[in-house]
Amino acid sequence: MQARLEDVSMRDMRERATQGGPLVIRGMTVAYDRKPAVFSVDASFRSGRITGIIGPNGAGKSTLLRAGLGIVKPLAGQATFFGTTLARSRDRVAYVPQRASVDWDFPARVVDVVAQGLYRRLGLLGRYGRDHDDMVMTALERVGMEDFSARQIGQLSGGQQQRVFLARALAQDAMLYLLDEPFAGVDAATERAIIKVLKTLRSDGRTVIAVHHDLSTVEEYFDDVLVMNVRKISDGPVGTAFTPEALETAYGGRLERGVRDPQKARA
Amino acid sequence: MLRDALTFQLGYNATLVTVAAVLLGIAAGVTGTFLFLRKRALVSDAIAHATLPGIGLAFIALTLSGHDGRYLPGLLAGSAITAMSGLFAVQWLSSRTRLSEDAAIGAVLSAYFSLGIVLLTIIQTMSTGQQAGLEGFLLGSTAGMLLSDAILIALGGLLVVALVFLFRRPMSLVSFDPGFASTSGVRLDRIDLTMMGLVLGVTVVGLKVVGLILIVALLIIPPVTARLWTNRVELVVILAGAFGGIAAWLGAGLSASAPDLPTGPLIVLVSFCAFAVSMAFAPRRGLLSSFVRHRRFQTGVHLRQGLLALAQGQPIYEPLTIRLLKARGLARADGVPTRKGTIRAARAFRDEKRWEVARATPELELAAARYDGLTQIEDVLTADQIVEIDRRIGPPEAVP
Repeated sequence: MQARLEDVSMRDMRERATQGGPLVIRGMTVAYDRKPAVFSVDASFRSGRITGIIGPNGAGKSTLLRAGLGIVKPLAGQATFFGTTLARSRDRVAYVPQRASVDWDFPARVVDVVAQGLYRRLGLLGRYGRDHDDMVMTALERVGMEDFSARQIGQLSGGQQQRVFLARALAQDAMLYLLDEPFAGVDAATERAIIKVLKTLRSDGRTVIAVHHDLSTVEEYFDDVLVMNVRKISDGPVGTAFTPEALETAYGGRLERGVRDPQKARA
Repeated sequence: MLRDALTFQLGYNATLVTVAAVLLGIAAGVTGTFLFLRKRALVSDAIAHATLPGIGLAFIALTLSGHDGRYLPGLLAGSAITAMSGLFAVQWLSSRTRLSEDAAIGAVLSAYFSLGIVLLTIIQTMSTGQQAGLEGFLLGSTAGMLLSDAILIALGGLLVVALVFLFRRPMSLVSFDPGFASTSGVRLDRIDLTMMGLVLGVTVVGLKVVGLILIVALLIIPPVTARLWTNRVELVVILAGAFGGIAAWLGAGLSASAPDLPTGPLIVLVSFCAFAVSMAFAPRRGLLSSFVRHRRFQTGVHLRQGLLALAQGQPIYEPLTIRLLKARGLARADGVPTRKGTIRAARAFRDEKRWEVARATPELELAAARYDGLTQIEDVLTADQIVEIDRRIGPPEAVP
C-alpha cells in the first residue's frame, strides 16, 4: 500500500485529490505590490500524511499557506479543501499561525487562547460550559501545557507559546492542520512534543501540512514535501522530491555544503 | 455641593447631564477596549473630527428647510454621515495607497476639521436670527440639555453596550489574531466595520457631552487604565466600562457643583487621574510594582552570585554584592564569609550543580527550562528526582 502510494503518478494524484483531497492548490499566484511572492503554484496534498513546505527565506511558503486560507488575496488561482470551498470546510480545517504574528501582551490566559479554538462551536452567545472546559484541558494536556492553563500568555517562553497555539488548533478537532513554521525558535523539548502530536494526528488519519525551514530534520519529520522558491520546484514523497537537485534549484548558492546532500545530512 | 451633585440633588439639568454622561462613559469605555486592543485607537480621533462638517451641513439644511437648526437628532445624523465618510477615507488611504494608517488619519482628520470650521464660520455670518451655538460641539456644552437630548444619549449608550456584548467574541478574536479569526470563519471586514461603527456611535452620541475633540479620551483612557489592573479581556471590558462611568459621574458632579467649569474636560481629567494612579500603583504592570520586582530580582541575582563566589573561594568585586551579603550576615565587609554564609554558600553551590545535571538530562528538559539562576531546584523537581541527581553528582563535599 505504502509502495503503491509512492509510485502513483502526479496526474493520478491530482485527479484523486480533486475528488476530495484535503487541500488542492491550483495556479496560485500572490503578489505584494508587483513582485510575485508565489507564482503559479499547483499542489495537491495527500490525505493522512505529514507534508513539509520547504524553501529558503522569502520563498513564499507562508504566503502560499495564507493565500490558500484566504488570509491574503491571491492575484490568481484557487484552493479547494476536501473537494469543496474553504467556507464549506472550515470545521475541518485548523490553522496555526506563526507565533510572532501576534502580540503576546494581549490580555488573555493560556485557557482563553485555547478556547478560541472552540469559536465555531460556541458562536456569538453560546454558553461556555464544562464540556468546553474539558476540551480545552484535553488539548493542553496533549501538548504538555496543562500546568500553565491559568498563566498570562505574555509570561510564556517561545516554545510554550507555540504549544499553546497548537493546543488551540487541537481544540478545533479538525481533519486538516496547516502550521506556519511551528518549529521556528522553539526549544528542543517543544520541537519533540510538537512532532509527537503531529504524528498522533497522522495516525488518527488526519492530514498535516507544515511550513518548515530546517533541512536537517525534513526526512525525519515529513512523509511528503513541497520544495518551492516562488515557483514550485518539486513535490511528492520525501524519497523522490527532496533531492539534492531540487534543493540546489531552490536555494542556489545559499545552501551550505554538507546540507546540500540530504542523504548525507541524515547520516 | 459635590455630594449633592453626585446624589442627583442639584436640580433637573444637572441630573440629566450626569445620567447621560455616565451612560456615555460606560459605552465609550467598553467600545474603546476593542479599539485599543486592535491597536487602532487613533482612528477614533479621525472619526470624531470628521463629525464637524456634518454638523455644519445639517444645520444649514435644517435652517434652509425652515426647521430649527439646533434640532439635535438632525445634527447628530448629519455628523454621523460625514464621520462615516471620514472613516472610509482613512480605510481607503491606508489599504489602497502606500500611506500608513497614522499618516492617513492625520490627513483626513485635519481636512475634515478645517472644512467643519469653515462651515461654522459661514453659519455665523448667515442671518438666521438665532445663535447657532454649534461651537459647543467642539468641547461639549451641557447647559440647557433637554430631556429628549438626555434620552437620546442614554439610548445610544445602551445600544452600544448591547452590541459590544453581542460581538465580544469575534471582536476579541480579531484583536488578538486576525489570521486565525479569519480561518475560523470570522469576516474580518465586517467585524472591523462593526467595531468602527460602534466607535462612530459613541462619538456622535458623545458630541453634546464632551465634544468631538475630547471624545477620544473617553474611548482610550478607561481601557488603558483597566488593562493595568487585569490580564483578561472580559475583565478589561468590564473595568473600562466601570472606570468610564465613574469618571463621567465624578466629572459631571464636579462641573455641576462649580457651574463655571466645563463638563467634558472635567470628565477627562478625572479619568486621567485614575489612569495616573493606576500607572503608579497597579499590581504587576504598575511602575512601583515593576520597580520593586526589578530590585528584588537584582538582589536575588547579586546574592546568588556572591554565594557561588564564596563557595568557590573567589573574590567578590561588586560593592552591591558585598553590601547585600553583609546586610544578611553572610559575609564580612572584606568579603570573608561568616559561618552562616559558608553554609548558605555550600547550599547554593549544590543547587547550582544539581541544576547543571538536570539541564543535561533529556528527561528533565521541561523542568530544566525553568532554570533562571534563582529558582531553587527543590521547587521544580520531586524529592526522588533530586535524589537521583545527587547520586550522579556524588557525595557532598565537606564544608570547610
